[in-house]
Amino acid sequence: MSTPPTTTDPTMAIPADRQDERFLADEGLAGWVKGSISRLRSGDLGSLPVVIGLILIWGVFFVLNDAFLSSRNLVNLTLQMVPTGTIAIGVVLVLLLGEIDLSVGSVSGLSGAVLAVGFVNHGWTSGMAVGLALLVGVAIGVIYGLLFNRYGVPSFVITLAGLLAVLGLQIKVLGKDGTINLAFTSDIVQFASQKFVPDAVAYALVLLAVGAAILAKLAQGRRRAAAGLSAVPPSVVLVRTGLLGLILLLAVYILGRDRGVSYMVLTFIALVVLTDLLVRRTRWGRSVMAVGGNVEAARRAGINVKRIYLTVFALSSFFAALGGIFAAARLASVSQSSGGADTNLNAIAAAVIGGTSLFGGRGSAYSALLGILVIQSISNGLGLLSLDTSYRFMVTGGVLLLAVIIDSLSRRSRAAHGRA
Amino acid sequence: MTTTSPAQPVLSMTGISKRFGAVQALKDIDFDVRPGEVVALVGDNGAGKSTLVKAIAGVYQPDEGHVTFDGANVTISSPAEAQRLGIATVFQDLALCDNLDVVANLFLGSEVTSTGMLDEVAMEKESWRLLRELSAKIPSVRIPIASLSGGQRQTVAIARSLLGRPKVVMLDEPTAALGVAQTAEVLNLVERLRENGLGVILISHNMSDVMAVADRVVVLRLGRNNGEFRVAETTSQEIIAAITGATTNAVSERAARRDAVPAAHLTDDQDHATQEHQ
Repeated sequence: MSTPPTTTDPTMAIPADRQDERFLADEGLAGWVKGSISRLRSGDLGSLPVVIGLILIWGVFFVLNDAFLSSRNLVNLTLQMVPTGTIAIGVVLVLLLGEIDLSVGSVSGLSGAVLAVGFVNHGWTSGMAVGLALLVGVAIGVIYGLLFNRYGVPSFVITLAGLLAVLGLQIKVLGKDGTINLAFTSDIVQFASQKFVPDAVAYALVLLAVGAAILAKLAQGRRRAAAGLSAVPPSVVLVRTGLLGLILLLAVYILGRDRGVSYMVLTFIALVVLTDLLVRRTRWGRSVMAVGGNVEAARRAGINVKRIYLTVFALSSFFAALGGIFAAARLASVSQSSGGADTNLNAIAAAVIGGTSLFGGRGSAYSALLGILVIQSISNGLGLLSLDTSYRFMVTGGVLLLAVIIDSLSRRSRAAHGRA
Repeated sequence: MTTTSPAQPVLSMTGISKRFGAVQALKDIDFDVRPGEVVALVGDNGAGKSTLVKAIAGVYQPDEGHVTFDGANVTISSPAEAQRLGIATVFQDLALCDNLDVVANLFLGSEVTSTGMLDEVAMEKESWRLLRELSAKIPSVRIPIASLSGGQRQTVAIARSLLGRPKVVMLDEPTAALGVAQTAEVLNLVERLRENGLGVILISHNMSDVMAVADRVVVLRLGRNNGEFRVAETTSQEIIAAITGATTNAVSERAARRDAVPAAHLTDDQDHATQEHQ
């Protein structure tokens, strides 16, 4: 490759990643908008379909019953989405590897049962009960990981067997009663549905997060410039992060007109952000993406593939157990049907609807948040219309199918545009 | 053609033998490569190329024979040991992650971190330095591998092998399944590696590639050394004869027959002959 002969050394003036004349760089704010549109056209949809879907769903339910978008109902919605949403974070991790965990529902049920039996029947402190429930979850995940690594059985089968075995364990742990109620005044239940972040603190948190994001991105830009690489212009950083901040402030304002943001919801969002950082910014996360993309390549690159499988299965079960604790705390009761019925499928559907590919190597922790918002909105909206579960299942099934079709279509389009 | 440097071999193998049960895969093989030299390793299917390659890469341990690397006696006991010594291997299936971008693939398994987080800026900077060093034609290092051409992927795979600052790079069929222009690109890359003072081992079935870039050709046949040629002083005819084990063989007979026919359109029968050999 020869750079065209110019009077000055072109390598000094042009950033290292902009020197190839074939690379069509979009400069500035207008360029960012243009680039975004061309990415969308080529099938690199990101989270756009979910966001549009969410707006549509909210619009339809609002027209049918304007109570849907009331602050009171939206606060309920945020509380309802947390348990399954937390489980979905774990599912996203497993899906990134191209594997599946079908037992997350059962694990969440068992974890709830352990919590309830320990907390209510044995009088443990909430900390002990929660700790043991989480430990049980992690242990199950570790067993999956060991079985998977040792025998190479497909995760589909291991976790299907796990689904049944763990369900049996849950019923056994609950014993004869079958249903255990948590005291309404207990700190676990209070945390889940009664404790809300004061408005001022919520606003401060949003501003703090947005400020930190902007500063981090600007610092990153300066480092890139210093290294002779192109940097995102500050105007783009400000507009992008500022827009996100406005949306968050609006959300806090609307929720704040009712009870506000629950500590449980805040915990869930923090977990999503943390998981996203873990996946995108650490060696472990990079290894997860690599294993999901091409196991053999990852192995040859010296990545300890077995360790990655083990940690991801363990994390998946951990999040399932945590989701089970949130569910128990929110409903203030645990029964044999906890974590049963559609918990499993909703968690997996949430991850997929949110845009995490079933085929591994593509997706983000945020799909757990977006996906569960969609699913819970449907469930909540149909509930407001006094429609029974039959409709809920049918509509959710339809949306899931739509999400998978969009995933497949955009994959095909990405391939055609060389972005697969 | 570059003359072979008089330097000591960086990698030297003598008397290498390897048996698999009743099969003598390698018998008394001598093989060496010097810094700044491209050695082509050729041979028919089953000649023992892959076994020798795997012995060099540390996948197999030879039953007999001595290996010296940089003048010291060594045992290449594992692929990790080979890498530690400074032998990088680019296998035929390039083992890249399609879903990750060029930077992520280059640094896969050896990511640069600062305070526990990936240092993307440092990695991207180093990626560009590496690719420029190879005069590689990659428009952007932030696009997924899936959107690169075959030659560009090969470039990324070779660039990745250079991250560990190896002394010997072994390329297994680097131009198989590549187009004309992309093949030329990869051959340029091989020459660039030689200019940078690396010992290059090129495994190839493609005689025109071998003649184009190699300084020396080592022929294996049925697990034994069957001739060593300086490319400047030989023809592909001679090499093919050594590969097939005879001066008269199906390939050369065809070529001779065509020579006998005074046909104007057969201007490059040598290339025809090599291609039929494949």
